[in-house]
Amino acid sequence: MAKLDLNRVSMPRQAPGLRARNFNEVALGYSLEQAQAEASRCIQCPRHPCIDGCPVEIDIPGFIKAIRDGDMPEAVRILKDKNSLPGICGRVCPQETQCEATCVLAKKEAPIAIGRLERYVADWERANMPSLNSPVIKATPTGKRVAVVGSGPAGLTAAADLAKLGHSVTIFEALHVAGGVLMYGIPEFRLPKAIVQAEVDYVASLGVKIELDTVVGKTMSVDDLLNSGYQAVFLGPGAGAPMFLSIPGENLNGIYSANEFLTRVNLMKAYRFPEYDTPVKIGQRVGVVGGGNVAMDAARCALRLGAEEVYIIYRRSEVEMPARREEVENAREEGIQFKLLTNPKRFIGNDQNWVVGVECYEMELGEPDASGRRRPIAIPGSEFIIKVDMAVAALGTRPNPIIPSTTDGLETSRWGTIIADEVIGKTTKTAVWAGGDIVTGAATVISAMGAGKRAAASIDEYLRR
Amino acid sequence: MYEILLKQDLVPNIHLLKIAAPNVARKAQPGQFVVIRIDERGERIPLTIADWDREEDSVIIVFMEVGTTTHRLSLLGAGDSIANFIGPLGLPTHIEKFGTVICVAGGFAVATIVPIARALKMKGNKVISIMGARSQNLLFWEDELGSVSDQLIVTTDDGSYARKGVVTEPLKELLESGEKIDRVIAIGPSIMMKFCAKTTEPFGVKTIVSLNPIMVDGTGMCGCCRVSVGGVTKFVCVDGPDFDGHQVDWDLLFARQRIYLDEEKLSLERWQSQSGIHP
Repeated sequence: MAKLDLNRVSMPRQAPGLRARNFNEVALGYSLEQAQAEASRCIQCPRHPCIDGCPVEIDIPGFIKAIRDGDMPEAVRILKDKNSLPGICGRVCPQETQCEATCVLAKKEAPIAIGRLERYVADWERANMPSLNSPVIKATPTGKRVAVVGSGPAGLTAAADLAKLGHSVTIFEALHVAGGVLMYGIPEFRLPKAIVQAEVDYVASLGVKIELDTVVGKTMSVDDLLNSGYQAVFLGPGAGAPMFLSIPGENLNGIYSANEFLTRVNLMKAYRFPEYDTPVKIGQRVGVVGGGNVAMDAARCALRLGAEEVYIIYRRSEVEMPARREEVENAREEGIQFKLLTNPKRFIGNDQNWVVGVECYEMELGEPDASGRRRPIAIPGSEFIIKVDMAVAALGTRPNPIIPSTTDGLETSRWGTIIADEVIGKTTKTAVWAGGDIVTGAATVISAMGAGKRAAASIDEYLRR
Repeated sequence: MYEILLKQDLVPNIHLLKIAAPNVARKAQPGQFVVIRIDERGERIPLTIADWDREEDSVIIVFMEVGTTTHRLSLLGAGDSIANFIGPLGLPTHIEKFGTVICVAGGFAVATIVPIARALKMKGNKVISIMGARSQNLLFWEDELGSVSDQLIVTTDDGSYARKGVVTEPLKELLESGEKIDRVIAIGPSIMMKFCAKTTEPFGVKTIVSLNPIMVDGTGMCGCCRVSVGGVTKFVCVDGPDFDGHQVDWDLLFARQRIYLDEEKLSLERWQSQSGIHP
C-alpha cells in the first residue's frame, strides 16, 4: 500500500496588506496541477465517511477521482447531481466541521481539502462549459406546480431539485435580485456575486421561474399561492430580522445592524458610491460586536471601505467564537483587532446624536451555559471606553414575522421559528413545507441547502401520491 | 420592469406617477407604501401609496423632489419604466368608526391622506380635513380631499390662498371648540407631525402619525428605519409606518433622518453636474 500523503495542498490567497483594501476575492483557487495533486491524496476508502458528513450527500470520492483522472466534465456531473450550488458551497461551507471532519485523513490532521476541490470543479465548469450548464436529465413533466418562497440557499436547492423531478416551480423573492443572504449578506471578497448569479442562472436554466420584488405575506399570502394553482409551497425566507443589544444608545447615528451594513455594501454596492446611489458611512474607528462569520464579514468590509482601526468586540474568548477559524485568521492577518472577553454596556453619543464611543465591561468565563460554552460574566467595576465613530451589531438574526403572522394554520415556536418536521420540513399547514433559518434559527448555508433538499424529496412524494 | 402609465406635475416640485403594478394594486390599502428603485445603480426608497385601481392594475405614487432619486424620477414620463416597485409594505392605517376624525396633511402628504380620509368616511366617520402648504402654487388635490371630507380647511404659510398660517392653528381651534374629536391623523413633514402631536397632547386626543425614516429593504431585514416609540425600538417598515404621535421620540427621528445629509448632497450635485439639470 502506498504511503499516505499528508501534505494538504494550500490554496493561494491575496496578500493580507493588499486584500485589506480591495473587495476582490481573498482566496484565489487551485490551479489544475494543485487540484490534481490534492485529489491524488484521496485514498478512495470504501466506507467514504466524507459523504456521511455532507448534508446534501455529494458523491465526494467520485468527483475527486474524476479530478484525479482529469475527467472534469465527469467531476461536474457527479457534483451537480446532488448540489446545484457548488461554486457557493466550495467557498462558504464549513467543510472543516462536516465532510473534512469525517475524512479518514482527518485523524492525521490532513483531511482532503474537499471544499477547495469542490470550488475548483465549479470554477472549471463556469470557465469551460458556460453554455452547457452540465446536462441534466429532466424527468417527464408532472404538471404539478410548486411555489418556493425565498431564493436563498434553501429555496434555490428545493427549487432545483423539484424542477429536476419534473415539477413546475416558481420562486418568489422579496428583494430585487435572487440569492438571498448569498447576495445581500456574504461579501464579494468571500463570495463573488458573479458566482452567485451564475448558480442562480443555472437553477433558472432548469426551468425554474423567479419572481422578484414579491414579498410573500404582503404582496401575496401563502394562501393566495395555494388558491392560485400551486399544489405545494416551500417556505425558505431565512431568519432575516436583525437583533440588537438592547443597551442604551443603540439607535445613535453610525450604529448599524450587520444586515443593514452588509446590505448597503453588498447588495446595493455602496462601496462604489457615488457611482451607485446608495451611501454607507465610512468609519475611521469601527467596533463590530459579535463573534460569528457575519461579524468577521462586517469588520473586513469596514476595513476595505477605509477604516483605520477595526475592532471585533466579543464577550467570550476566541475558543468560543462561532466564526470559522479560517475567517478569524483572515481577519487577523488583515489587521482586525480582537477585543475578547469584552461586552458593551452602552453606546456614547455626541450632541448631534452620533456615536463616539462604546463603554464595555471586561468579562470572565464562568460555568458552561445551555449552549455548552462557558458563560461570560461581567467583572464589576471593569468598565472602560473604546472610542469608535461607527459600530455594527452582528448578534445574529431572528425570524421575520411577516409570513407566520399572515398565514393561518402555520404554527411557530416561542422564538418565532416555523415549526416543521426536522427531517422532511413539513409544517403544521397542509401542503406547506419549510426549511433553513426560518425553522432552525440562524445557521449555515449548507444546512439550509440540506433542508431544501429533504423537503423537495418529501414534496415530490406528496405530489405523486 | 414597471411601466409608467401616466405622469402629472401636480405643482412645480411635486409629481404623480401612475405605475402598472398588478400585484401591488390588488393588495394596497390606505397608509401603506412601496419601495422603488429606478435602475441598476439606483437606491431603494420608500414612497407612500396615494391611490390604486384594481381594475386597471395600477398604483399611484406622489413624491416631492428631494434627493437624487426623486429628481431623476421627476424626469420620467408615460411609457418609461422603473426597475423595481415592491409592496404594498407596512401595516395599513387602522380604520374603524371612531366618530369625528381630523385628518391633517402637510405639503405633498395630501396625496397620502386622501385614501385614508375616504376610508374613514366610508366607515361612517365625520371627517374634518386640514391641508396646508407654504404657498398657493404648492397646493394640489383640494377638491379630491374636499370630496371625501365633511369639512375642509386650507392654510398657506404666506397667506397667498385661503387661511394664512400653519395647520396646527385650525387644529387647535377645533380641539378648543368643544366638538368631541375622537382621533387625529396627521401626515406630512416630520416637524409638522411633531407639532400636530404637541398640539393635541394637552387635549388627550389619540393622534396617529405616519413616520418617514430612511429605509433600505422595507421588509424588516435591516433595521435602518428604527425609531423609538414609548421607549421601545420599532421598525417603521414592519411595525408602522403609523404610530401614536404622543409616544414618538421625535428628536431621534430627526437625527436619524440626517445620517446621510453629506452623501445626499454629494450625490445630487454629482448628478446635476453630469446631467446638466439644475432646478
